[in-house]
Amino acid sequence: MDTVLDILMAAALFVGLAFNTLGVFGILRFPDVYTRLHADTKATTFGSVFTSLAVLMWLLRQWVGADFDGAVLQQAIHTVVAVVVLAVTNATGGHAIARAVWHLGIRPAHAVCDALAADKAKAEPEAGKKEGEA
Amino acid sequence: MILRLFTFAGAWMAGLMAVVSWRLLRGPTLADRVVALDAVNTLVVASMLLGAVLLHGTWMVDVAIIYALLSYVGTLYIARVMRKD
Repeated sequence: MDTVLDILMAAALFVGLAFNTLGVFGILRFPDVYTRLHADTKATTFGSVFTSLAVLMWLLRQWVGADFDGAVLQQAIHTVVAVVVLAVTNATGGHAIARAVWHLGIRPAHAVCDALAADKAKAEPEAGKKEGEA
Repeated sequence: MILRLFTFAGAWMAGLMAVVSWRLLRGPTLADRVVALDAVNTLVVASMLLGAVLLHGTWMVDVAIIYALLSYVGTLYIARVMRKD
């Protein structure tokens, strides 16, 4: 049981570190803000979820190995809360940054379509002008 | 022995923070800097969770939760200020 958990834990740590590294290199190498945001919010969140999964496996190992310890259970629950908070805030924060950048006037470098511009043009033709003036 | 893995992972994450700080310092626009700051915050929270294992303390996980929430507020505020300017 312990050996299986150890192997799974090492695998989760490796996957998490690999995804975090890929996300960081994406931020360094991608051409414009939107692709960098993509690398940040997707890859880094996914990697952090996996490293936290390794932490949860470690806590499960502690819990199974020793007699019942309330602190281990508490740490596990708080870790789950932290991961949920991280996932939710990264997604919504990335959305807020992307919208703010779009309203600053920066457009995607090699994009084929711009759905937000199309939606704005279709919904209220005057809104684009007002946004530009303000 | 197995704790060495967590030490290695924490050190690796610290290295990643240092690497992504290059984008934070040299980013051509403000938006690039915000994205890099967001990545640094995510890495800090993840390595705090790893550090809680090494320090055998639950308090660090609580600090990580509060850090994540505050960094979210900071990101939203910067996004709002960027949009107003």
